[in-house]
Amino acid sequence: MKKEYILTVYSENHIGLLTRITNVFTRRKTNIDSLTVSESALHGIFKFTIVIHCTDAMAIKLVSQIEKQIDVLKAFYHTNDEMIFQEIALYKVPIEPIYESDTIEKIVRKAGARILEITKDYVVIEKTGHKEDTQALFEELNQFKVMQFIRSGRVAITRDPIERLSEFLKERDAFLTSLD
Amino acid sequence: MTAKKVTGSQALILSLMEEGVDTIFGYPGGAIMPVYDALYDFDKEVKHILTRHEQGAIHGAQGYARVTGKPGIVFATSGPGATNLMTGIADAMIDSTPLVCITGQVAAPLLGTDAFQESDIVGMSIPVTKWNYQITTPEEIPEVMAQAFYIATTGRPGPVLIDVTKDAQFGVLEYKYEKCKKIRSYVPETNIDPHQIKAAADLINEAKKPLLFVGQGIILSSAEEEVKAFIEKTGIPAAWTLLGLSALPTNHRLNVGMLGMHGNYGPNKLTNEADLIIAVGMRFDDRVTGKVSEYAKKAKIIHIEIDPAEIDKIVKTDVAVLGDAKKALKMLIGNVHPNTHESWHNEFKKCDAIENEKVIQKDLYPTKPGLTMGEAIRIVSEKTNNEAILVTDVGQHQMIAQRYFGFKKSRSNVTSGGLGTMGFCLPAAMGAQLGAPERTVVGVVGDGGFQMTIQELGTIAQNKLPVKIMLLNNNFLGMVRQWQQLFFDKRYSFTELHNPDFILIGKGFGIDGHTVDKREDLDASIQKMLDHDGPYLLEVKIEKEDNVFPMVPTGASVSDVILEP
Repeated sequence: MKKEYILTVYSENHIGLLTRITNVFTRRKTNIDSLTVSESALHGIFKFTIVIHCTDAMAIKLVSQIEKQIDVLKAFYHTNDEMIFQEIALYKVPIEPIYESDTIEKIVRKAGARILEITKDYVVIEKTGHKEDTQALFEELNQFKVMQFIRSGRVAITRDPIERLSEFLKERDAFLTSLD
Repeated sequence: MTAKKVTGSQALILSLMEEGVDTIFGYPGGAIMPVYDALYDFDKEVKHILTRHEQGAIHGAQGYARVTGKPGIVFATSGPGATNLMTGIADAMIDSTPLVCITGQVAAPLLGTDAFQESDIVGMSIPVTKWNYQITTPEEIPEVMAQAFYIATTGRPGPVLIDVTKDAQFGVLEYKYEKCKKIRSYVPETNIDPHQIKAAADLINEAKKPLLFVGQGIILSSAEEEVKAFIEKTGIPAAWTLLGLSALPTNHRLNVGMLGMHGNYGPNKLTNEADLIIAVGMRFDDRVTGKVSEYAKKAKIIHIEIDPAEIDKIVKTDVAVLGDAKKALKMLIGNVHPNTHESWHNEFKKCDAIENEKVIQKDLYPTKPGLTMGEAIRIVSEKTNNEAILVTDVGQHQMIAQRYFGFKKSRSNVTSGGLGTMGFCLPAAMGAQLGAPERTVVGVVGDGGFQMTIQELGTIAQNKLPVKIMLLNNNFLGMVRQWQQLFFDKRYSFTELHNPDFILIGKGFGIDGHTVDKREDLDASIQKMLDHDGPYLLEVKIEKEDNVFPMVPTGASVSDVILEP
């Protein structure tokens, strides 16, 4: 049965690696729903957070094919309930409705969103949450004709009390030292 | 080691020397000229084979790598030079052949500008390389070259491509070389888990109908003696995959033949009777498994494999032993009980008798008019005392050669397995001969594939390589024609070839040869080819519409292997 999985990939920061990783999905005809890349807490190690919709068996195969790439340190896959995750969304809304009524203000308060910038033409609102939340806010704000809307890729942190990456790096360091 | 000042191209050649390279296959061009200039000073240390096409260079390097176990080295220029390598790179990737390909590239400031002969070879080759890297400064060369060799040759071997911009070749660096011994993000093989060995041994000791699969992993890890000792102790019948051929002697009493679509009847049929499969260094290719949902359903599966991504990829394993095949087999031998499995072997013998009567006798000792591929292969194998290196192309002749050629030594079978690359044989045979100059190399090729890389006759002649080329000519793309006959109502859509005078072409390149079309002349013709001092082209005109059997039709279960149409 297909469901949503979050893949986290830790890698060296090498040019071309993003293509190598996304290529694994292309070959398996799996669409990437969202992708976030940034430096991890460990200097020089980059973290990819990839959201896909697939079967359990496919998630396992994708992870092993990704780990096979030379510059990849480690890849994990998780279900949504194993992770705490967020996405951030920005909404650019025309300013007139705000002058005319307090509906937008109420919507923003209720959604726990915040206003980032107000100009004479527009207001920019920010909301952090799951896709359903940011989408719901979009639907509500769109009655005032949202001028621009953007949602980020997902960022996620495991619920597991054991830090598997740190454990992995410890093991890997010991292994590499044993080669000397 | 103290550093010395050299150019990037000199550093590149010096790196190859550090890695013990003795042969390079290549083709020069604008963007790699500084490297060729540096190479000019090393003509005593290294042999460069100038091929007639970059595809010839890379297949040559593959042939060399397959018989020597050393990485094949390829040089090509940017743009078309680099793109012409792609088929060979993909072939080496799927067949786990270690290669280090060096391509020239336009100068770094021109990258991405559609400069003359610029192609994004790094981007293009990502899906078909184990690793690739673009060097844009001379200082990177020694370290990246060391990593390239380490990655290509360790773990599951594969092709690596290093793209070097022209300005990096010209630039100057302080050269110091250190071999690569580790990479943080890459662990080529894991230490074998003794619990997995114990679990595997328990299954082996309980099994009544075990069957071992010999994959190329046996050859790549030099585990030939270990696998022999293992099967001799346990009495387990061993079947080899296409790329596992020659890992055991053909005539070993426990060798039950070849798996796969045109493999032997017994191992295919009895895969579905076995209660245990021990798969060593193989990847359950679809040509081996047939219909996966009906594959080996009565068997538990032990998979001994170095590449973690292969575990459970196609067939769900019961016990996975991750690691080097040689080490795993060594550990297993001490944990398994002696056995003979006599009644199980008798089932193979029964199958052999059926296959022998229905197929083999007719192929090898035909009585009807018209030469068969099988009889030609049999005679070459007999006359070379099963000691030659066999190099094949792709198609009917390949399957017949793999079925009937005999082997005594490992690393004696060079064929394009996973990718099925027509045009592979001639350049690969040339590379195999360079890798094993003391051995007889026989290239068996069809009339279709021969014409895909026929220009390499020029390379063979120029380098006086005594390759024996046996062209099995039926004036058809035989395997496609066979499928058209069996599955497409004999609609022979574009498979018939109007061929040139091959012997005349050979003579044009300075290669002797002759044609044989009569059974009574075949033996003497093959003898003449083998006795000839230097390269020789023997064209055997074979029956136009012969087929290869047994056959597991596409999508059928291995136990539904058919012996005749």
